[in-house]
Amino acid sequence: MQKVYSKIDAIQGNVITVTASGVRYGDLATVNSAHGTSLAEVIRLNGTNVSMQVFTGGRGISTGDEVRFLGHSMKISFSDNLLGRIFDGSGRPRDNGPTLEENLIEIGGPSVNPARRVIPRNMIRTGIPMIDVFNTLVESQKLPIFSVSGEPYNDLLSRIAMQAEVDMIILAGIGLKYDDYLTFREQLEEGGAMARTIFFVHTASDPIVESLLVPDVSLAVAEKFALKGKRVLVLLTDMTNFADSMKEIAITMEQVPSNRGYPGDLYSQLAARYEKAVDFEGAGSITILGATTMPGDDVTHPVPDNTGYITEGQYYLRNGRIEPFGSLSRLKQLVNDKTREDHRAIMDGMIRLYAAYKESLEKKSMGFRMGEWDNKLLKYGEAFERTMMDLSVNIPLEEALDKGWEILAECFDANETGLKSDLLRKFWPKQEGQRQESA
Amino acid sequence: MTETRGKVVGVNGNMVSVEVDGNISLNEVGYVVIGDKKLKAEVIRIRGNRAELQVFEMTRGIGVDDPVEFTGELLAVELGPGLLSMIYDGLQNPLPELAEQCGFFLERGIYLPALNRTTKWTFTPKVKAGDTVTAADTLGTVPEGIFDHRIMVPFDMTETYTVKSIVSQGDYTVEDQVAELEDSKGNVSQLTMKFEWPVKRAISNYEERLKTGEQMVTKLRIVDTFIPVSLGGTYCIPGPFGAGKTVMQQITSRNAEVDIVIIAACGERAGEVVETLREFPELTDPRTGRTLMERTVIICNTSSMPVAAREASVYTAVTLAEYYRQMGLHVLVLADSTSRWAQAMREMSGRLEEIPGEEAFPAYLESVIAGFYERSGLVRLKDGTKGSVTIGGSVSPAGGNFEEPVTQATLKVVGAFHGLSRERSDARKYPAIDPLDSWSKYPGSVDKDATEYARNILFRGNEVDQMMKVVGEEGTSLDDYVIYQKGEFMDAVYLQQNAFDPVDAAVSVERQQHIFRVMMQILASNFNFEGKDEARMFFNELRQKFIDYNGSEWDGDDFKKLEKAILDQVESKKSGVDRLAVDILETTKA
Ligand SMILES: Nc1ncnc2c1ncn2[C@@H]1O[C@H](COP(=O)(O)OP(=O)(O)OP(=O)(O)O)[C@@H](O)[C@H]1O
Ligand SMILES: [Mg+2]
Repeated sequence: MQKVYSKIDAIQGNVITVTASGVRYGDLATVNSAHGTSLAEVIRLNGTNVSMQVFTGGRGISTGDEVRFLGHSMKISFSDNLLGRIFDGSGRPRDNGPTLEENLIEIGGPSVNPARRVIPRNMIRTGIPMIDVFNTLVESQKLPIFSVSGEPYNDLLSRIAMQAEVDMIILAGIGLKYDDYLTFREQLEEGGAMARTIFFVHTASDPIVESLLVPDVSLAVAEKFALKGKRVLVLLTDMTNFADSMKEIAITMEQVPSNRGYPGDLYSQLAARYEKAVDFEGAGSITILGATTMPGDDVTHPVPDNTGYITEGQYYLRNGRIEPFGSLSRLKQLVNDKTREDHRAIMDGMIRLYAAYKESLEKKSMGFRMGEWDNKLLKYGEAFERTMMDLSVNIPLEEALDKGWEILAECFDANETGLKSDLLRKFWPKQEGQRQESA
Repeated sequence: MTETRGKVVGVNGNMVSVEVDGNISLNEVGYVVIGDKKLKAEVIRIRGNRAELQVFEMTRGIGVDDPVEFTGELLAVELGPGLLSMIYDGLQNPLPELAEQCGFFLERGIYLPALNRTTKWTFTPKVKAGDTVTAADTLGTVPEGIFDHRIMVPFDMTETYTVKSIVSQGDYTVEDQVAELEDSKGNVSQLTMKFEWPVKRAISNYEERLKTGEQMVTKLRIVDTFIPVSLGGTYCIPGPFGAGKTVMQQITSRNAEVDIVIIAACGERAGEVVETLREFPELTDPRTGRTLMERTVIICNTSSMPVAAREASVYTAVTLAEYYRQMGLHVLVLADSTSRWAQAMREMSGRLEEIPGEEAFPAYLESVIAGFYERSGLVRLKDGTKGSVTIGGSVSPAGGNFEEPVTQATLKVVGAFHGLSRERSDARKYPAIDPLDSWSKYPGSVDKDATEYARNILFRGNEVDQMMKVVGEEGTSLDDYVIYQKGEFMDAVYLQQNAFDPVDAAVSVERQQHIFRVMMQILASNFNFEGKDEARMFFNELRQKFIDYNGSEWDGDDFKKLEKAILDQVESKKSGVDRLAVDILETTKA
């Protein structure tokens, strides 16, 4: 059943209102204007007043334009033909490939029954010591990178994507800078990962409302692949843009804002997306890595704040490095007891000492006298930053742990590390003299 | 269903506007019919013949003119044997059973009975024909796990009744008739072992509410000793994201010395509930030798599940708690997070276009929060036994700032405040409760003078620490420096507790009292140190021993050996005892 209307009663921001009947909440319509055809979605019904958000924006739409209701909600084609392809937020090809219309699936489907979830158990190796050693990434985890714009978060995302042992990658670009989009493509092509990647890209120059579809479309496709047994990594960049689009619509709809203009359901909206991360028992999984830029480097800003309450930790990217403080992987405990017996001890011990280094550094900057212990810490801090924190370092977990012991041995006596004696006996690097002694 | 019919005239998010042709009441349950599905909803506003309903499901696909049916009943839960160890959503749908029917996903419009209809329970009558009974009187009991589950006269039967018949001892399902009661006018009610109760109405069929006082032991040192909670009391855990609210509640749900724990996972991560529901069946409750699951009910409405049902979930949880309290049991409700519940109210209030209060929360936020916590309490039942409902809610303040409406409204009504600090969680000092800001109005396991003395050292130590940041270690006197070291020591060995250490994770009150005495001797001693370096080394060494001591089996050989080593080390440098502490040391002596 298709219904066509040729009178738009109101156009306000990106929201249009028509008088129509038989329309259902969440239904899609197409709007034909002089600038082309756009999709619109019903976001409020009030008697015969039907309000819709127009994904290419309200600008350029005339009250006489044609609105055609499609009689269903947003759907996307799902098949292996998606692999290697690039689409926009509404699922139209951005590459030169054909439009896909077979096997349409619904987006924004119901959530997984908690009783059918399993406890995550597989580590995802990235080769980045600040992740593998200190905040291990786990299959089916949802985790954003918090950073100010300008930090290389997209580089970090594509690097993790290339190195992670997953079956496929879905890149969901939300307000992505065109250059960044091209860089992503280039890097994945160079790395030979393009054939197992799908792009859903909304760029900064596309109409802002269209970005609202990107996470749902990407995650719906990811879910289907995961159910077929694939381990899928979804990259959402940048979710702050997504939140800003929601804010815009909310303001147009005259919703009372809760915090700095954002709608009161920001938390639920973000959670509905991030909670799609899952490990299906007997099938595949979805892991979500996001980028959340923090306006004004302010972690209490509503977007990073709500995100932090939803995700299973976060990586803080500052000055091109993943900060040990503020970064957190809430799932690390589930896997780091099975990697190597010194993993947890190195993780805790090195961070504790790094915290002590920061204190000494502060004392130093205030002109206080540096004792012997302070000097040891200063040496340690410098070595830690160079060997562990620098993002150019790319080594397996085990090598990183060995490096950790080396640094500790270079800077401290064994009993100054606060590590358990049995581990020290096993892992503390033997110096020449000592080796003879113990022999 | 009632005669009243309605039809949809508007849809806005999870709220539908409905035109009705008959009588309806506030909080009545209705169903929006779309195709072959019926979506559960609750009336939240009535104006003339127009009503607003919040729908407990996704509203996609609802259209104008869709029919609406009304039940004439308020949103209610089913009460009876078989609630324990269940995993429900916010509307009491059993999730594992739902999964059997629908697979991986939560399909909307499917509602299953909360209590199993085929399980047989062994009923033993406690009354005989001819006896008179009133609401909440026990008609008989059935064993449920380790408890005697009381089959009671439904709480809404407000008259005096004569028992007309009662079945003899035997096995019955919750749908089998077990008794007939006759009122003064000769009306007869047939009773089964189950009945319904509206979630938003408190169950108050007890003799009197008592003053709280008896401790609810959590086995967390900092809580039991410094900021204790009483059975029947209330407390809140506000803290920024990642500070450890959920971990604290998880630990408490395992270790708390209560009969039953009801976990309300309200608008938080599904993964966190999974840890509980996969692990509890494997863990033994040291008090009973049975699995922890047998004393637990999980109400699980996680963040991506429908928002309106999230609002209902905390009421579902507390209603189940009140029901078991009527059996003379001590029940703990843990709600994580009450902020998500408040946000659900805010979303609805916004759609109703009510005049918003601070941060767009509705103006009635405070009274609703107060009303919820007021459902806690220690009571004396009609048969003289005592039961209690204790409520602990986590709060997730926007931006981690406690000056926001939900935290403030909660602080006004709770009896204890366990505030988590970002600074402490960043420094991996767990549990990250701020020991100086947090408070409790309840009595604890250690004498108040003694805890005050210890707290004062912490306070002064913190002052010295702040001062040292300005004047440096050089500019600090040795006496001050020792106070600082004592504060740090106490923080490290008593306030912090390793949740992942098999021994340290849960500390009995007896052990707490014992090691508090040992610690007091250290805090109260004067020492003759040469200088700060010696003091630092002394406390470092003492700390290491004390941490090993904390990790050793209670009263075992290692424990005794380490205790002696600690006391010996203290003796070696002790020059006397703080005058102010002499009395305290006397009173805390075993
Ligand atoms: N007592 C503890 N011992 C050890 N680690 C802890 C403890 N409490 C918290 N943590 C660490 O901090 C992480 C976050 O804790 P938790 O999930 O309880 O935070 P939260 O306050 O509930 O955050 P949110 O508001 O986002 O839900 C845990 O995954 C764990 O790594
Ligand atoms: Mg939590």
